[in-house]
This record gives sequence, structure tokens and C-alpha cells, in this order.
Amino acid sequence: MTSRNAKKALANVGIVIVSHSPDVARGAADMVRQMVGNDVPLAWCGGAPGGGLGTNVEAILAAIDQAWSEAGVAILVDLGGAETNSEMAVEMLPHERRARVVICDAPVVEGAVMAGTEASAGSTLDQVRRTAEELRAR
Amino acid sequence: MTTSATGSVRIEHEIGLHARPSVKLTQLAKTFESKIEFSASSPEGPWVDAKSIVKVMGSKTPKGTVLHFRAHGQDAQVAVRALVTLVERDFELTP
Repeated sequence: MTSRNAKKALANVGIVIVSHSPDVARGAADMVRQMVGNDVPLAWCGGAPGGGLGTNVEAILAAIDQAWSEAGVAILVDLGGAETNSEMAVEMLPHERRARVVICDAPVVEGAVMAGTEASAGSTLDQVRRTAEELRAR
Repeated sequence: MTTSATGSVRIEHEIGLHARPSVKLTQLAKTFESKIEFSASSPEGPWVDAKSIVKVMGSKTPKGTVLHFRAHGQDAQVAVRALVTLVERDFELTP
């Protein structure tokens, strides 16, 4: 990686992956890391606090914090609760961060790779979301 | 100064322009200012936006295909040369 890319990475949109299954979330994050590289802030969460399938707001908030970027954070979710808990997490964010987090309407694995690729090029949060959601329109 | 450039290269990578090669190609294309497109059928198109990961991956271009690049903009020449080199080097991926 050139120094230009390293500098850009600081400003790249971050990606958060939220799945009911920690294995799915971790696996999707692995795909982003291996395919897209290390220029994108990335975090994942999944699973109920007591084990088993589920999502929870605290873990999503921690993941947003971990992947935080001044350019914003795009969240990829799988089903039902992953989306509603992510919405709740976004509402709980400090006001100045809330407007810079979006939940993408895209399949979680494919969307994460597409969003990550777009983010790695230094694109805006809106461009990152549109690229992830372009999949849905196909 | 705005220029145009073209170049072509045959894909030798085993699985063609699938997931990882598509990501590599798109990432590289996006480092240039120029508009960059490729055609997997003929030098006359139809053209795919090389900066769109969804369209590049959606092209499902197999091994053995000759990719025709065209670019238009300030860094068109450098961009086409870099993209052709990336494909020649099997997308710099180890199998």
C-alpha cells in the first residue's frame, strides 16, 4: 500500500456487520478483510448475550464505536432484530454521530463486500450505501 | 490535458473476473480520475463501468476473455496501463 492509501484509510467509511449468528458475522468480516484489505475500519457483532442466536444493542453500539470513522459508518444487517436493534443503537448514539451512520438495505455478506470495496476507495457514506443497495435492485 | 487511452488484455486467472479479481480491478480503477470502462465482448462494447464493483462483478467475465479497456481523462494513459498490468499479473492474487 502506498502512503497515499494509508492516509486515505483514516478517512474511509467504516463497516459494521450485524448478524444473529456470530459465525456469519465473523465470516462476513473475514471476507471483507481478505478481499478488500485493511484500508477500511471494520467491526462485527452477533449472537445473544447468553450464547445462541440473537443480536443486542450494546454489542452493536460497541461495534459502531470500534469501526468509527469521521466519514461515517455503514451497517449491514441480516434479519428482523438485527435491523431493529441496529436502528435502536443508532438512536442511542450521540447527536453528532447519529447523522453519520446508515443501515444498508442489502444482503449482509455480499453487501459487506460491496460496501467495503466502495469504502476502500475513499467514497462518501452515501456512495457506500448506494453501492451496497445496488445489489438489491438487480 | 484530457486524453483518451485504450488497451486490451486476456484474462488468464483461473476463475476469471469473479469476486476477488473484481474487487482488485475496481479498487485500482477508483484510484484514477479518468472515466474508465471495459468491454468483455468487443472493442466496440457494450461497456462496463470499471469503478462500479457491482457492475464489474456482475459482468461474470470468465477466464480466456479478452478485456478491452478505454479511459478518458487526465490520467487515462496511466490508468489503462496499470489495469492491463494488473490483469497480466493475475490480479496479484496467489491461487
